[in-house]
Amino acid sequence: MLKSVTTALLGATLLAAALSAPAHAQTKINALFMAQAAYSEADVRAMTESFTKANPDISVNLEFVPYEGLHDKTVLAQGSGGGYDVVLFDVIWPAEYATNKVLLDVSDKITPEMKSGVLPGAWTTVEYEGKRYGLPWILDTKYLFYNKEILQKAGIANPPKTWAELSEQAKIIKDKGLLSTPIAWSWSQAEAAICDYTTLVSAYGGSFIKDGKPVFQTGGGLDALNYMVESYKSGLTNPNSKEFLEEDVRRVFQNGEAAFALNWTYMYNMANNPKDSKVAGKVGVVPAPGVEGKSTVSAVNGSMGLGITSTSKQPNEAWKYITFMTSQATQNQYAKLSLPIWASSYDDPAVSKGQEELIAAAKAGLAAMYPRPTTPKYQELSTALQQAVQESLLGQEAPEAALKTAAENSGL
Amino acid sequence: MTNNWITTRAWLLMLPLLVVMIAVIGWPLIDTIRLSFTDAKLVGTQGSFVGLDNYVKVLSGSNFQRSLLTTFWFAVLSVSAEMVIGVLAALLLNQRFYGRSVLRALMILPWALPTVVNATLWRLIYNPEYGALNALLVQIGMLDSYRSWLGEPGTALASLILADCWKNFPLVALIALAALQAVPRDITAASMVDGAGVWSRFRFVTLPYLAGPLMVALVLRTIEAFKVFDIIWVMTRGGPANSTRTLSILVYQEAFSFQRAGSGASLALIVTLLVTVLAVAYAALIRKTAGAS
Amino acid sequence: MERQSLTLTIFVHIAALVLAIVILAPVAWLFVMSISSTPDLLAKPLHWWPDTVDLSRYGVLLSSVANSAGEAFVASLFNSLKVAGMATIAALAIAVPAAWAVSRTPAVGWSLYAVIATYMLPPVALAVPLYMALAWWGLLNNVFGLALVYLTILAPFTTWLLKSGFDSIPREIESAAVMDGARLDQILRLITLPLAAPVMATAALFAFLLAWDEFFYALLFTSDQRAKTLTVAIADLAGGRVSDYGLIATAGVLAALPPLLIGLFMQRALISGLTSGGVKG
Repeated sequence: MLKSVTTALLGATLLAAALSAPAHAQTKINALFMAQAAYSEADVRAMTESFTKANPDISVNLEFVPYEGLHDKTVLAQGSGGGYDVVLFDVIWPAEYATNKVLLDVSDKITPEMKSGVLPGAWTTVEYEGKRYGLPWILDTKYLFYNKEILQKAGIANPPKTWAELSEQAKIIKDKGLLSTPIAWSWSQAEAAICDYTTLVSAYGGSFIKDGKPVFQTGGGLDALNYMVESYKSGLTNPNSKEFLEEDVRRVFQNGEAAFALNWTYMYNMANNPKDSKVAGKVGVVPAPGVEGKSTVSAVNGSMGLGITSTSKQPNEAWKYITFMTSQATQNQYAKLSLPIWASSYDDPAVSKGQEELIAAAKAGLAAMYPRPTTPKYQELSTALQQAVQESLLGQEAPEAALKTAAENSGL
Repeated sequence: MTNNWITTRAWLLMLPLLVVMIAVIGWPLIDTIRLSFTDAKLVGTQGSFVGLDNYVKVLSGSNFQRSLLTTFWFAVLSVSAEMVIGVLAALLLNQRFYGRSVLRALMILPWALPTVVNATLWRLIYNPEYGALNALLVQIGMLDSYRSWLGEPGTALASLILADCWKNFPLVALIALAALQAVPRDITAASMVDGAGVWSRFRFVTLPYLAGPLMVALVLRTIEAFKVFDIIWVMTRGGPANSTRTLSILVYQEAFSFQRAGSGASLALIVTLLVTVLAVAYAALIRKTAGAS
Repeated sequence: MERQSLTLTIFVHIAALVLAIVILAPVAWLFVMSISSTPDLLAKPLHWWPDTVDLSRYGVLLSSVANSAGEAFVASLFNSLKVAGMATIAALAIAVPAAWAVSRTPAVGWSLYAVIATYMLPPVALAVPLYMALAWWGLLNNVFGLALVYLTILAPFTTWLLKSGFDSIPREIESAAVMDGARLDQILRLITLPLAAPVMATAALFAFLLAWDEFFYALLFTSDQRAKTLTVAIADLAGGRVSDYGLIATAGVLAALPPLLIGLFMQRALISGLTSGGVKG
């Protein structure tokens, strides 16, 4: 009995070992991506395939983790000599990664064409203290999506231009019985909630840090949270938003169960795909609204870049791969789920075709992108803010008190 | 063969185990203790000696106290529910009914399901928009609208406990059932003749047979529950508003997300100490029970 | 017991039915989700049985096309097999002699209790140094490294189980062989181990299941297809982009299949293991 079990186990082990033995002598690089928003996994795999076709001597191992795991995986892989070569990083991490030497400084690899061709806003994604730690890849912000059919039924001619208008319109939709909770957000205890919050902070003209000290607990920062709480308590916001991530928002919107939703670029073409979506052809998109007297539109910088890890043994191949992935040709080809970082792409009819509305929203939104704070302690700050947002939504704390606590726990 | 040689031989046979244990448990534990007195980062700086700073900060912080309470409730509620339901299920499985052997065999299913799969499954079941629980309760009229089970602090921990309980009560049931089968038939029969009621028969005839095995199950489950990580990580990651952030999640956050290896280590050691105290208390209790019966 | 009243019989049957539903419903639902089409899963009211049965996800996850989601999943399946297999073999290799020694030589017993006591340690208490050590040896993101770490869980457990197994084999058999002049290795190989085969098989099954189930260390110490195990792969699926609940469910079914089959077919061995430690206290 034991013998057969051991034999079987041993057999399986050997078989598995044989199957996984490397059979080629090319350079292999490992790349870490996220499986959430922006380019789909299928897109990334297709792009990579074109790259390996063009560079048969390089093979690329792709790894996809949820956004929530991206930071920890990158940091933890630092210790392993043969970890990732290329990592995707969020705009909020270069400060920490640079301080802890997670990423290579690639400032001197950047060509003049890149410097002049890439949108200035995109560059901020990869910069920290004047140095560049990679190339921007995903240029993204949160837009206000709306269901044209529902707005029409409610007799609303134009989508909201201010957050107050958003509440009014949602109220009309609710009162007419079209939807009981018309707005969907991603307010789960995660970075997604901070992106929604930042969008509102930018609308209310608030700021996060002044002279190294947190200031989000007053002024625009407080107004932003108050708006969220009010929208939640009034029942205009889907109460399940408090456990939604971006994908949940998309699912609800696609199922026709939200009139308004705040989400990234990728939702536009996915929600317009009749294969999975019940609202295809009815998707409207505008920049996130502003606040009267303070702003006309609002936006969070949700861009991401590709960088080379400091432990990579193949930095040159890694750079080759990054330049391919971020090249104008690649980005124009896959412009449906994430818009290019290249300025001239926006005038290319091949890019804008079929998504004119999105491009129009992007022109206003991308110009207004507001950054989340740049600090090596961003993770702690964000964790404290997430807690404040959730406690306020759940009515455990008043927004003011919750933000004050967050400021104390922010590590700044 | 002398006694001396036999003992030496025993030590030699134990050597591989002891060497491995020292390498993968003993040394890391000592290193964790060392780290807990430093401000080391996970990667990069080795850190310098900071004395008891980490412990003071951890113990005085509200995060730790809250997580301790959350862990405590998770452990107490899930383990007691598992014990009660497990024993009831065992008593049932010890009765005669059609399909008994099939049902006994099925009891192993939840236990064999990997923890992460169990957590994923229940996360899907609890989904606020498309989950089976909402659909079921609304369709049978027990609920008038869908609820956010994992999004409300009031229900999130309870929902986790239910998921944990479903997976683990069959283990208690199987252990209890095996013990029940060891109760001699004639004793039960005799007590029935004596006219003992159902409760007193359970209390004085059956329970003594169950006590020993159940104590062991209780200890193991409590320790497991205090260390809980997987199910919470997959289902809520500690949310909403940190209402399910147990100690293990807190340590992960401190040591790995924030990369503060030093204070993470001190936190981990405090957790270890708590579990140890608990285990010692249980051991004393077991010895007492064993002595009494 | 012999003359059950009718009410009791009915009550027992109803209770048994409820218990069966409680046990089966979630597992069955996992399977139904895995074969339901996406519109069925997003329907309101929910479809308890799909209008269109969709088996394509099994194909997606088990495909071996280079650089596909399926390849990544299959790789993690093999990683789980490798890690759990190696850790089980290694754990038994060190546990068998130790358990026998403790069973026959009570004088060294205290060291076993020290080993078993390590079961109380939460993995978080060891994780940081283990991480640093694995990094130093270049064993992060490596199946051997992970299997080594799993010994922290498997070795104490198997030793404990085996010790109680050896205890139930009468010493007299061994001492008789000693009288006949047999050497220790002969006694073990020819007499004790064959007698202990059932308990060793049980220990192996438990060890394998424990390793298959492990998540925390795998989450920390592996990063990609070279070592990532199934549990981490599933957590990644469940936490991320995969909008298709059915795909998550399919991954769950596939990961649960080996332990469920072991559970159902090795029932007797597992329950004897579960209870032998327990009953004897």
